[in-house]
Amino acid sequence: MAVISQTEFQQRRARRKWLGRVFHGLCLLSVVIALGSLAVLLVYLLVQGVTRIDWSFLTSFASRHPDQAGIKAAMLGSIYVVIIAGAVAFTLGVATALYLEEYAARSRFARIAKINIANLAGVPSIVYGLLGLQIFVHSLHLGNSVLAGGFTLALLVLPIVIVAAGEAVRSVPPSLREGSYALGATRWQVIWHMVIPQAFPGILTGVILAVSRAIGETAPLIAMGALTFVPFTPDSPLSRFTVLPIQIFNWTSRPQAGFHEVAAAGIIVLLVILLVMNAGAVILRNRFQNKWE
Amino acid sequence: MARNSVGPALGQAAPGAWRKHIPERGIALVLFLSTILSILVTVGIIAVLLFEAVKFFGEVSFWEFITGTRWTPLFSSKQFGVLALVAGTTLTAALAMLVALPLGLLSAIYLSEYAPEKVRRPVKPILEVLAGIPTVVYGYFALLFVTPILRQISADISVFNALSASIVMGIMILPMVSSLSEDAMRSVPRTLREGAYALGSTKLEVSTLVVVPAALSGIVSAFILAASRAIGETMIVTIAAGQNPNFTLNPFVPIETMTAYIVQVSQGDAPAGSIEFKTIFAVALLLFSITLVMNLLSQYVVSRFREEYE
Repeated sequence: MAVISQTEFQQRRARRKWLGRVFHGLCLLSVVIALGSLAVLLVYLLVQGVTRIDWSFLTSFASRHPDQAGIKAAMLGSIYVVIIAGAVAFTLGVATALYLEEYAARSRFARIAKINIANLAGVPSIVYGLLGLQIFVHSLHLGNSVLAGGFTLALLVLPIVIVAAGEAVRSVPPSLREGSYALGATRWQVIWHMVIPQAFPGILTGVILAVSRAIGETAPLIAMGALTFVPFTPDSPLSRFTVLPIQIFNWTSRPQAGFHEVAAAGIIVLLVILLVMNAGAVILRNRFQNKWE
Repeated sequence: MARNSVGPALGQAAPGAWRKHIPERGIALVLFLSTILSILVTVGIIAVLLFEAVKFFGEVSFWEFITGTRWTPLFSSKQFGVLALVAGTTLTAALAMLVALPLGLLSAIYLSEYAPEKVRRPVKPILEVLAGIPTVVYGYFALLFVTPILRQISADISVFNALSASIVMGIMILPMVSSLSEDAMRSVPRTLREGAYALGSTKLEVSTLVVVPAALSGIVSAFILAASRAIGETMIVTIAAGQNPNFTLNPFVPIETMTAYIVQVSQGDAPAGSIEFKTIFAVALLLFSITLVMNLLSQYVVSRFREEYE
């Protein structure tokens, strides 16, 4: 290593410190840009759409005239589809997580199943739409129905539930299980009375995360053949339907500015639903945690 | 938790055990079948895509599909060069990564190395809100907010263009890059940082020459995952980038991605069995293969190159 003079050392040190401050500024700027984008997005949407939201917007069907268009059919469609998707994904997800963590933990089968689940989480959502189209719509003859849409989204969000439920189950202390086994409980009794209640806040959070993802999905439902213009409310699980994101997409794609305003109003409703669900998740989680800790 | 009949009393174990074990086996079987179902989803995806794609390649040569640059299955003179769609996907995903990569990495460094706890704690979940916003909302934002601004800057930019969609997509995947990278950086032990400080390093040098290299496997895997997400993203590019399969890397003109093409055909109600219908499965198979390879690569990078410190 070369020896350098005192003055050169001081010059280099000053330069290094200056570079450090520039870098600190750049890092901070990146965070500010990211947060700023979020703020601009939300403010822009509010300005565009908030004046368009009123009671008739929530209770009218889609229309050819932007000033009469509403989201009744889309909102009900979204709610039905998401209830089906959430219920199916919850059941299958928790069952799978329990099997992988409680029955098959550390087995070769569990390892392969987990790699499979990690990969399923990375499959583009539109591919699930084609799966739903061929399996539920065509092979099982459910048609382009609420049920087919709900099942399609259930498969899409299944990895989210499995991963969250798996983590929740794993975090239950082994001492609880061992205490129950020592009292003569069977494996399922331990799971049902000890593991599931303890893991419930984590499972619930996972399900709400999954439902939030499902409610915002557009592409898979278009691929699976959901409608874009629905002047009726779905009256049975086999009824055809549309959902809020598809309705928003439809309005955004039209050239008239009036429809863009309606789209912004629809987006605000969608974001409010998401906000309420996530806030609900936090509240429920806290309540359950207080109860069991 | 007060339960009266957890199990049979002592001395009655034999009949109780008999009654207890039949449902036990049944429950284990049900849980096992549910796990099998999650594997069947993967099998189902591959089977469904292959089934129609094989029929497609019975009519169109694989070579033409994979090397052609003109994609016109919806016109009367049909050509099936998927590279036109691949170019659109590559262009938008690459530009999105150009936005998400530096911003995401610098944000991660800020949150992990510079930010005081009382800043980091609220900022991280707010950043993650960006990842939770439905993509159709970003599509709206790209087409109606970002594009008009870009068109004011340069008149060469079309109403539908790759640039606007990519910028917005970059913002969308930014939290994925920053969150996963930050997790990786925070798991670098403090002793490494303190060793570097003791040698007289500045914070910049510690961050970029010690922490980032030590967390590199996690960071690279986050980048690959984010790129894979950008390739599979559908609504932003469908709304804002156009439906013109141009074989070009010009970000100012309308293009079409693989995902946008699938939406375009799905919206048009192509009858099952028609060539248009089969094309979407061939395109989806290619899309699925690309993202699968990237996801596996990301997992491989984490498991193979992880630096273990404890």
